[in-house]
Amino acid sequence: MPYEPVIGLEVHAQLLTETKIFCSCSTQFGAEPNSHTCPVCMGMPGVLPVLNRKVVEYTMKMALATHCRINEACNFARKNYFYPDLPKGYQISQYAQPLSEHGYVDIELDGGKKRIGITRIHMEEDAGKLLHDEHLPSSYVDLNRTGVPLIEIVSEPDMRSTDEAVAYLKRLHEILVYLEICDGNMEEGSFRCDANVSLRPRGEMMFGTRTELKNMNSFRNVQRALDYEIKRQQYILESGQDVIQETRLWDDSKGETQSMRGKEEAHDYRYFPDPDLVPIVIDNAWTEEMKKSLPELPLEKRERFIRDYQIPPYDAGVLTSSRALAGYFEEVARLSGKPKIASNWVMGDVLRFLNEEKRDIKECPVLPGSLAEMIQLIEDGTISGKMAKDIIVEMYRTGKSPQAVIEEKGMIQITDEGTLEKTVAEVIAANPTQLAQYRGGKEKLFGYFVGQVMKATQGKANPQLINELLKEMLAKE
Amino acid sequence: MELHQLTIHELQKLIRSQGIASSDIVKSVFSRIDAVEGNVHAYITLMKEYAFAEAAKADKDVKEGILKPLTGIPIALKDILCTKGFLTTCGSHILHNYVPPYDATVVQKLREAGAVFTGKTNMDEFAMGSSTETSYFGITRNPWDLERIPGGSSGGSAAAVAADECIASIGSDTGGSIRQPAALCGVVGMKPTYGRVSRFGLIAFASSLDQIGPFTKDVEDCAIMMNAIAGYDPRESTSVPLNVPDYTEFISRGIGGWKVGIPKEYFIEGIHPDIEKAMQRAITTVEGLGATCVEISLPHTEYCLAVYYIIAPAEASSNLARYDGVKYGFRPQGSIDLLDMYKKTRSAGFGAEVKRRIMIGTYALSSGYYDAYYKKASQVRALIKRDFTEAFTLCDAILTPTSPTPAFKIGEKMDDPLQMYLSDIFTISTNLAGIPGISVPCGFTKDGLPIGAQFLAGHFEEGKLIQIASAFEKYANIEKRRPAL
Repeated sequence: MPYEPVIGLEVHAQLLTETKIFCSCSTQFGAEPNSHTCPVCMGMPGVLPVLNRKVVEYTMKMALATHCRINEACNFARKNYFYPDLPKGYQISQYAQPLSEHGYVDIELDGGKKRIGITRIHMEEDAGKLLHDEHLPSSYVDLNRTGVPLIEIVSEPDMRSTDEAVAYLKRLHEILVYLEICDGNMEEGSFRCDANVSLRPRGEMMFGTRTELKNMNSFRNVQRALDYEIKRQQYILESGQDVIQETRLWDDSKGETQSMRGKEEAHDYRYFPDPDLVPIVIDNAWTEEMKKSLPELPLEKRERFIRDYQIPPYDAGVLTSSRALAGYFEEVARLSGKPKIASNWVMGDVLRFLNEEKRDIKECPVLPGSLAEMIQLIEDGTISGKMAKDIIVEMYRTGKSPQAVIEEKGMIQITDEGTLEKTVAEVIAANPTQLAQYRGGKEKLFGYFVGQVMKATQGKANPQLINELLKEMLAKE
Repeated sequence: MELHQLTIHELQKLIRSQGIASSDIVKSVFSRIDAVEGNVHAYITLMKEYAFAEAAKADKDVKEGILKPLTGIPIALKDILCTKGFLTTCGSHILHNYVPPYDATVVQKLREAGAVFTGKTNMDEFAMGSSTETSYFGITRNPWDLERIPGGSSGGSAAAVAADECIASIGSDTGGSIRQPAALCGVVGMKPTYGRVSRFGLIAFASSLDQIGPFTKDVEDCAIMMNAIAGYDPRESTSVPLNVPDYTEFISRGIGGWKVGIPKEYFIEGIHPDIEKAMQRAITTVEGLGATCVEISLPHTEYCLAVYYIIAPAEASSNLARYDGVKYGFRPQGSIDLLDMYKKTRSAGFGAEVKRRIMIGTYALSSGYYDAYYKKASQVRALIKRDFTEAFTLCDAILTPTSPTPAFKIGEKMDDPLQMYLSDIFTISTNLAGIPGISVPCGFTKDGLPIGAQFLAGHFEEGKLIQIASAFEKYANIEKRRPAL
């Protein structure tokens, strides 16, 4: 029987605020254990939380970017459970009244576009970390991460394949990074994902029994874990057994999912409104202010690039993959007035150099103004395209302007007809054999002459002019 | 008169004009403590050395002309308020060794006002109780009758003021924990409006009900203490950014023309006959002051206890989750794994009453029960609040007994939680509604035990309470007695 997977994702994204959600401790990653802590985030007796306004604003941005409805009033709830990385014995989260609900994102697949529903986006605090000493029967608690703001983005069970799930995840990731509210680093845990997966016979409306997958810390692992889990469930169903509702952990090294806890071991979190925090009221003015602060989002930008710059969808995709790169390209396009050529140089040389060194566009030594200037120099014939290929290497290496590189290397293109005519005549005179062959009908040798002229001028000759002069002079008796 | 017997305003005058030193006052208070603390046991921790050092600083300030509202006044703190560098136990084994790294806002404010702390007072464990008998550190005795309880949960703070072991003290009130012991110990105790005094640094019992307030020897001192501790705190989200009036200005304003509500639901069977008589006298006194007493109704009164015993334990079950043996406080040796450590820590670290309330609260919040208990209780709570809002359209203040009985015998109600819970029958509604209340002495039983009268007012109308309580105190002509210790 053909089965259809049904996938829903829960994404946790760490927000890029400078301070924690309920105290003024730093959110910086990688500090000495417990150095970014205070009585509030350590859950000392008597402390109280005070909400960081930035967290609300960042969450509103994500909600608006994903077409969610922002609730006029929302509140925080306590999610109660015991674990040593949770110093208060409860996590402050949102439950019955989240900040936003009912949104969507569109994903692009080979077969076209698909809309994935977003159930809700809410705010919560992160927990700490446990460090285990393998040589001692003891564990250590690091509370630096405790209270770092998170948003949880819950999707509808709208995805029907691993590819759709990964595309959705990448779309969320891209939007979060574009909004500059999350650094998107999956290895450091700033972007985490849990998946709910079930199978049902194709055509069936009812959902099958689902499992929840955790511990997938890269796009690739999400792909592998989902593929594995779908196969596992298919095998169970095909052999006439029932899938057990449970939470399963992805084991990267073994490449399989393993049971973590069953339904009967599931926590009863005993949610109730947190009496230490007051309801958050969001009026229209605040929402409008946030709307105005939204940047152009990746999908819109991509469509605009294709439309306005007449560049292929693939190129537009690459150039809009980050806000900085898109900004770089647009600057070069604007200054040079040649968007298509600008796209070729950015996509080709600039990205290749950067990728080789794993550098970000923000660190690119070739400034957009310099690249635009170089394009203009090609356009007005000062340098040839071939020369430019060498010049940009120098520009990247030294950070200098194209003019400076050209002057240093004496690389001005020879466009003076008189000078070039002389050189062409010399080249013809020095190659009587080839000349005879050429005139005898071996026209392929034209290229040979071009090469000789280039060699004689150290590549500085204007190729078009060489062509014209050679044609003319070779034909002369 | 000895210095420790005086009030804040009397001592202020002596410091200002007679050159009495804070060191002398502190010395007098500690000699009193030495004399009676063995019987009363009001304190868990004494801060003697600290108090003398602070008194010396206060004396230096006075010499330099620096006079703050509480300069040099010895004040005791309930052991539920975090004090930087000083043991803060909340009356519990689980925090028996806990030294906070920070000061509660109220502690900070009192320091800034010049107060000298004498120590941390005894209390029911995590403020759960009405008799101070559930403390891990032993019972406190009522200074008026050492065979009796001082009330609770702030029994230590009330007894310390009644026994002159401090000049004033701070307590906390979640369902009557300031007003009931104030009544039982014959002192003045106020629970301010929820949001008026910062809860930051107050170890939470039930966050939506907890409020800090003062115990004093008279109403004027209550106003002075309120001036020092009230006000908005940016560290607390439920703190209200309203200006605080000078409460001492409400003293001796009189209440001519006021309407004082007498809720019919509060004069029920089971009130001690002497208290009933005292209340009749109180009504006469209020009318003698030019006010009119009117019968009012608070129709949802009968649900208060039930609502309270769902909401308070529910919040407590979550608030007390942090005591898990991981970070601070008590942790027994020899746990085999994490779950075992949690179980051993919490089983041995909490007393019976605390465990009872954690279990009730956990149950009330459980999946499948939340709607029937917590949610329903929250809805009824809104009705109780509305009762008061409507009542205050008909009257300026409300007069009730503070407690249905005077101080009871030690051990009398320990095996009967329901009887114990009934001690707070007249005080609990105030916390549910968030309004302020004050208990003032209004006489004695035939057996010589103090009786308290409670006045209630609308949100943020502590000034009105000071006004009516000070008028009452002056006119009621309550016999001046001191406990025979």
